[in-house]
Amino acid sequence: MSIQNTQEKVSAMTTCAGCPIGLVARTVLGLVDGPAVVTGATGCMEVTSTIYPNTSWKVPYIHSVFGNAGATISGVETAWRALEERGKVKDQKKPKFIAFAGDGGSYDIGLQALSGALERGHDFLFVTYDNEGYMNTGHQRSGATPIGSSTETTPAGKESIGKSIRRKDLMQIVTAHRPAYAATANVGFLADFERKVKKALEAKGPSFILVFSPCVPLWKYPESQTINIAKLGTETNFWPLYEYENGEYKLSYEPKEKISVEEFYKTQGRFKHLFKRKDKEKIFADIQDITDKEWKKVKKLCNN
Amino acid sequence: MNQLNKTKKQDLALTGGYAIGEALRQINPDVMAVYPITPQTPIIASFSKHVADGEADTKMIEVESEHSAMSACIGASASGARVMTASSSQGIMYMMEVIPVAAAMRLPIVMTVANRAISGTINIHNDHSDAMAMRDFGWVQIFSETVQEAYDDTFIALRVAEKAKLPVAPNLDGFFITHSVENVKLLDDEVVKKFVGEYIPEKYLFDFENPVTYGALTLQNSYMEIREELGNAMGLVPNIFREVTKEFAEISGRQYDFVEEYKIEDAERVIVAMGSTAGTIKEAVDNLREQGEKVGLLKIKLFRPFPYEQVKKSLQNAQEIIVMDKNLSIGAKQVLENDVVESIGSSEKVRSMVYGLGGKEVFVKEIEELIGS
Repeated sequence: MSIQNTQEKVSAMTTCAGCPIGLVARTVLGLVDGPAVVTGATGCMEVTSTIYPNTSWKVPYIHSVFGNAGATISGVETAWRALEERGKVKDQKKPKFIAFAGDGGSYDIGLQALSGALERGHDFLFVTYDNEGYMNTGHQRSGATPIGSSTETTPAGKESIGKSIRRKDLMQIVTAHRPAYAATANVGFLADFERKVKKALEAKGPSFILVFSPCVPLWKYPESQTINIAKLGTETNFWPLYEYENGEYKLSYEPKEKISVEEFYKTQGRFKHLFKRKDKEKIFADIQDITDKEWKKVKKLCNN
Repeated sequence: MNQLNKTKKQDLALTGGYAIGEALRQINPDVMAVYPITPQTPIIASFSKHVADGEADTKMIEVESEHSAMSACIGASASGARVMTASSSQGIMYMMEVIPVAAAMRLPIVMTVANRAISGTINIHNDHSDAMAMRDFGWVQIFSETVQEAYDDTFIALRVAEKAKLPVAPNLDGFFITHSVENVKLLDDEVVKKFVGEYIPEKYLFDFENPVTYGALTLQNSYMEIREELGNAMGLVPNIFREVTKEFAEISGRQYDFVEEYKIEDAERVIVAMGSTAGTIKEAVDNLREQGEKVGLLKIKLFRPFPYEQVKKSLQNAQEIIVMDKNLSIGAKQVLENDVVESIGSSEKVRSMVYGLGGKEVFVKEIEELIGS
């Protein structure tokens, strides 16, 4: 990541201490060689980077609403092709077209627009910073929230374990569109993330990166622990790292030793209630089973 | 090449949908985002065929919803492209979240609205509920009476949009105009090209030397001021509309204004209405005039911003005013009725008539009964 690029493309955001989304934006834009146009879905990254009259964006940036990042970047990218063909953007290098959205703006309200943009084959990179819930509104469940998480709309209670159903598999939804490139990534595996961003930016056509981005106040952990918790997510197979390129899947990382997913759950207050329950053992056996099956599925996809 | 190009000042029989498709071909916008909805489909289908035949080279984005249609238009327009689209009814409702965004970003998008009723119980036919639903968000709204007006308004809308830096919705009645054949005088391609000119944006995303942030988070210290500026921008539209329609008259011989006064000078009873029904009313007025009745029509053409002063002036001699709203404001007075009452400063002479919802036909005889003595 070039510091100069970083300084030229996106500066500080007013995020909570320990939040990794500034790192996500800087990593992606820092690897762009040349101009870029960015769109952002409504969410943490947008509100912490564009408080009028200030802006963190030193590249052209457009935010419209929550659910339309895919459609907005489609319009921008198409405008470029139209204006270029008509000779209205002479002597300008083709920019990279980049969309940032949280999990709500990708898994849920933004899914349709993302799907349409992927199908149409626009030349863009869509980056989902996945903090597993609606954090900008104070932590409500999203399609990315994992089982057992206590959120404002799925609070843990005498009867409830928190969110009782599994999260969506967005990578599989995206790769069903046969994009040019797609990958899961993790802010705790920076070199891997950078390598994937480079590939995504080089790919011709739609590309997608789903980056695991812990949330200090709402996952409830000390702000110094973001990177450690992010790493633990992948070390416990809770967040497998793999990529999709030319129709083939490839595993990016395999943990050296097996660590139970309970170790990941243990580090965060959003799962605290699970450890106080009488049926704790059964719950974690179930969550481990889900994790193992998902890992097996990923390994199978990757022919490992 | 298109057969239509071969003669000048073509006088042809076309449906509204095809005529607008023809206007779009002549404009040849940079980008169009399209999603189908009855009765807008003839517009986007006929234009898509022009593109397929190489008669226009607009980049088409075949989006997966109207929400994405307007969102893509916003992205493309903010990028400095000349952008147009068309929709109707549920499509307008579905994109409603982004309709105010287009205005707030001051993007000159033109969206033709083929007016259609809104579900509840589903209905694909004409009324003005969709236009009324989007009326307060900073879009200029123009209503066409005929296929000719719908064709002409496409060019007028584009010029007004780009001068005012506001989005414009030209409205035409679904089926009554979109699907009905009328005689239309088409302009010569070169004349249109000159009239619409090149779009040169002031600010746009591809100006990498001066990067802009669109759609910032504006809080208590700025949001209200920004809304006020948007209101002020709308205040400049009447003059712009006058300039553009004057220029348009020079190339076409057809002069439009905020309103059309039809036999109202000495009229005692005047109907106020918008859209295709104006044609029916004109016939009723002619019939009643033959019988010696002093009746007239005031057709509203520029609906937003509303021409209060002009309406007041036009109605100064009327003793009875019947305002026809093709929309039901549930739990309140009707929209056009309110606008007319506000214009003349009194509700005393004003009678409200809600009509034609969901395509319910209105016949000349019924209009005659409404304003006849």
